[in-house]
This record gives sequence, structure tokens and C-alpha cells, in this order.
Amino acid sequence: MDLKDLYRDVILDHNRQPRNFGALTDADAHADGHNPLCGDRLTVWVQLQGERISEVRFEGKGCAISTASASLMTEAVKGKDTATVRRLYEQVHTLLTHPNSAPDASLGKLAALAGVSEFPARVKCATLCWHTLNAALERSADAVTTE
Amino acid sequence: MSTAAAPFDVTRVRRDFPILAQQVNGHPLVYLDSAASGQRPNAVLRAVERYETHHHSNVHRGVHALSQAATEAFEGARERARRFLNARSRREIVFVRGTTEGINLVAQALARPRLGPGDEILITGLEHHANIVPWQMVCEQTGCTLKVAPIDRRGELDLDRFLGQLTARTRLVAVAHVSNALGTILPVERIVQAAHSCGALVLLDGAQAVPHTAIDVQALGCDFYAFSGHKLYGPTGIGVLFGREELLEEMPPWQGGGDMIRTVSFEKSTYNDLPWKFEAGTPNISGAVGLAAAMDYLEGLGIEAVAAHEQRLLALATAELSRIPGLQIIGTAAHKAAVLSFTLSGCHPHDLGTILDSEGVAIRTGHHCAMPVMTFFDIPATARASFGCYNTEADVYALVAALGKAREVFG
Repeated sequence: MDLKDLYRDVILDHNRQPRNFGALTDADAHADGHNPLCGDRLTVWVQLQGERISEVRFEGKGCAISTASASLMTEAVKGKDTATVRRLYEQVHTLLTHPNSAPDASLGKLAALAGVSEFPARVKCATLCWHTLNAALERSADAVTTE
Repeated sequence: MSTAAAPFDVTRVRRDFPILAQQVNGHPLVYLDSAASGQRPNAVLRAVERYETHHHSNVHRGVHALSQAATEAFEGARERARRFLNARSRREIVFVRGTTEGINLVAQALARPRLGPGDEILITGLEHHANIVPWQMVCEQTGCTLKVAPIDRRGELDLDRFLGQLTARTRLVAVAHVSNALGTILPVERIVQAAHSCGALVLLDGAQAVPHTAIDVQALGCDFYAFSGHKLYGPTGIGVLFGREELLEEMPPWQGGGDMIRTVSFEKSTYNDLPWKFEAGTPNISGAVGLAAAMDYLEGLGIEAVAAHEQRLLALATAELSRIPGLQIIGTAAHKAAVLSFTLSGCHPHDLGTILDSEGVAIRTGHHCAMPVMTFFDIPATARASFGCYNTEADVYALVAALGKAREVFG
């Protein structure tokens, strides 16, 4: 268990300066996510062109893992179609829950989250944004929860 | 109880707790989470083992030797708890799973049958969820109203406003003796006195008070006092609800089953005497035995000596942490138990918890089952270090060093 592996520079950078942060005013859908265990809350907004995510933004309060994961996610899914995003999430989930998995090259910067798998208590921090994005994509306005 | 002469030998105390002698993530364990759950001394572990090895059977059931031994051990533990609380009678000592169950028992067997629309239950802004949600359920069930007396920025109860909210409509006052999230010690004597003068009954949530304060329910004058065994170095799954005998006598049972009855027929059953009327089903016998051993242990150390030791650590930790840039202590009441909640700017409490753990330092992070307290201070969570009888000054310095590491990572 190595802290440096969890708090990589990419994670610290995206925590300090989250990308695509702030409300999207003309969104097609949004969803609220809440992790009652630690109090993390975030909202994800999406704008869609057919099946393609043309714009995505998020806002919220959370730990470094939750904030960085959301920031990295918005960068990764922008411009992708929803089927690709679903596959991407499956890859991220595998990365987060299998300590010895080699990150797929298609993950890009998301591979920086690999260290989370050594810290099982923190997996939920990293997945909250993906559950919330998924809820937004399903056009569900209901709050989702990781519990 | 006099403890004045004996110096507090923390090195010797630590030897009583085998769990402390281990490495966590390559560092000696620094356990600063006793407010969540205390560790068990050998005296408790051995008492439970002895019971399980030699005396276990069901209680109140058989004429055979083991059943009698188990019954003696269980009822002996009740007498031990009576002395611990200085209750008048063993009939006032109900064994429950913990503080939460004790409060729920009072909510369902006292408040629910008695309260209705127009009646009020008064709590405070610093309560644990276990002293909020059972009353909200009663309000839903009966139409009564829950009132909340506010706290101030130091985490102290605003006593004037509390007294202002206490009216002839107030039927029950339920407050923490000590706040789990902030450490605030509440002026419970004053609260009991004021509530009684309005005709309201009083329940004290003693979960965080019992490891630090000698409790005398007769001197406090409270009607109910609930606490958990595992906060005072006993086992989990066992706790005590003290209730004044006249009240318990009037209350209907809240769970039905074996042990709580005198006779059963399909037409009608009659109920057992106190306290067994409130103890349906086979109880946590070994837990009660362990709890009694924990009470012996704690009183053997001297609760006042333990509290004085913890207060020294609290003062040291408060001074040391106050010097860390960006660190803010949440809960600065004049009278506090050994609980230190804080935030560190730029580093979320959850990240702090992970970094400290990597240094072997165990603290609690999160909302501490007190979400309204977090909302009041407008923070999602805090980091909380809490001290027990086995903590040392070295533990405080290990915490400070680990916080330095967190500032390095998040610098």
C-alpha cells in the first residue's frame, strides 16, 4: 500500500483544478449523486447530440479521489457516444476493483486511478461520479446513491 | 470513589490491551478512535472466555448447574451495572444491545403510547442520529412534534434558548450527556432540573460520557440513561438502559417473546417482572459478563484518574493541532471530553483519514452520525481524534507528524 500510488500527480492536479467544473446551463439532463458514508455530493450535467455526449460538466464537494475522478471522467467521456461510455465505465470499474490489473491503453488519463484498488474503502469515492453520470444519461432526475 | 493518590501509569495500562501491540501499514498502531469503539483489556477478554469455557448455558431456564451459573453471571452483571450507575434497584437496569436500542425502547414503550398531537419532544442540535431518528419515528406515529434547541459556534448548547423552548407542551427531553462529534459536555444537571420543573421526563444519551465520567443516576435525577458497553472497553452488542422503576413499571413491553412473560395462553399472556419484561428472547449473556468486567476494570483504574489523563492529552493535542496552518478545530466548548474534531484546508477529511492510516494512525472521518452538526458548521465531514485510557503523549505527536505528512501530500 503506497500513498504515492493513490495520490498521483494527475489526481492531485485534477483535485486542485477540476476540469469542466461548474453548472451547465442548457443541459439536456442532470443527476445528483450522494455518498452518505463520507458526505460527498456532486451533480453531473450532460448535453447530448443523439447518442453522443457533446458537453458534460460537474460540480460538487468531495475528497480528492472523488473530485479528481469526476474531473477525469468529464474529460474522458466528452464527445463519446453512450455505448462507448458504458464500456469505458466497465473498464474503470475493473481498474478500481482489481489490484493487479494492467490498465487498458484506451483508458488514457483515467489509468491514474489504478492506485485506488489498493484502498478498498475509497473505491466508492471514485465511482460516485460514474453512477451519477449514468443516472443523468438515463434522464433520471432522481438522486442516486452509492449505498 | 477516591483515586487521588495513585499516579496514572499509562505504560502499565497499555499492557492490558493486547490489540495495541501491533503494526499497521508498517507503523506501530496509534489508536485514536475510542469514541467510535474502545479496545478491550485482558480482564474483559478473559472474563468472556471464562464464561464461554466454563459457565455458558441459557439463563432463567434450567435447574442444571450450567444454567444456574449462567443466570448468576448474567444477574451478577446486572448488579454490577446497578452499582456503576448508582441506581436504586436492579429492576431499573435493562440490558439492551446498545445506546441505540435503549433509546428506541423508550421511544416505543414510553413516548409512543403517551404522546399525541400538541405534545413536544425536545432534543439539541448536537445529537447523534440515534437520539434524533427514534423521536422522528415517534412523531410520525403519534403526531407529536420534535423541537431542536440550537448550539452555538463553539458547539455549546444555547441554554437560554433551550430553556425558552421548554414549555408545558414538552413531554420528553432527550439529550446527549457528551457530544460524540464535538466532545461538548452538556450541563445535564441543569437540563434535568429545568425539564422536571416543566413536568417533562428526561432521557440522557450517555454513550460518550460513561468512559470519562462516573455516573450517578440518582444525583443526576434523570428518568432514563442509556449507554453502550463497547465505548467503555466492553464488548459490542451489549448496553444498558437505566429507567426509573415507576416509569418502567407503567410502560408496556416493547418486544414480545420468551423470558418477558409470566404465563402464555392463546387467549392472553401476562408479563414478567422488571427488568425482564423488557428483555424478550435469550440475551447477550457473555456480553453482559464482559461489560461487568469492563466496569470493574475502569473503576479499578479510577474513572477520575482516566478522565484527568485524557484531559491532559486533549489539552496537548489541542495546543499542538492549533499550531498547524490551515487546521481548524470544530467544537471548542469550555467543557469537553477527550474528542478533537477538526478540518484541514485543502485536504478532505477522507483523504486525511487514508493518509493517517498509512502512518498507522487510526482516526474517524466522516459525519460521525451527526449530519445536522456538519450542516450547522457548513462542512461535509470532519476528522476526529478521540482519546482513551491507553493513549499517550507519543500518540499525540504521532498524530501531529502524520498531519504533517498530509500537508506534504496536499501541499
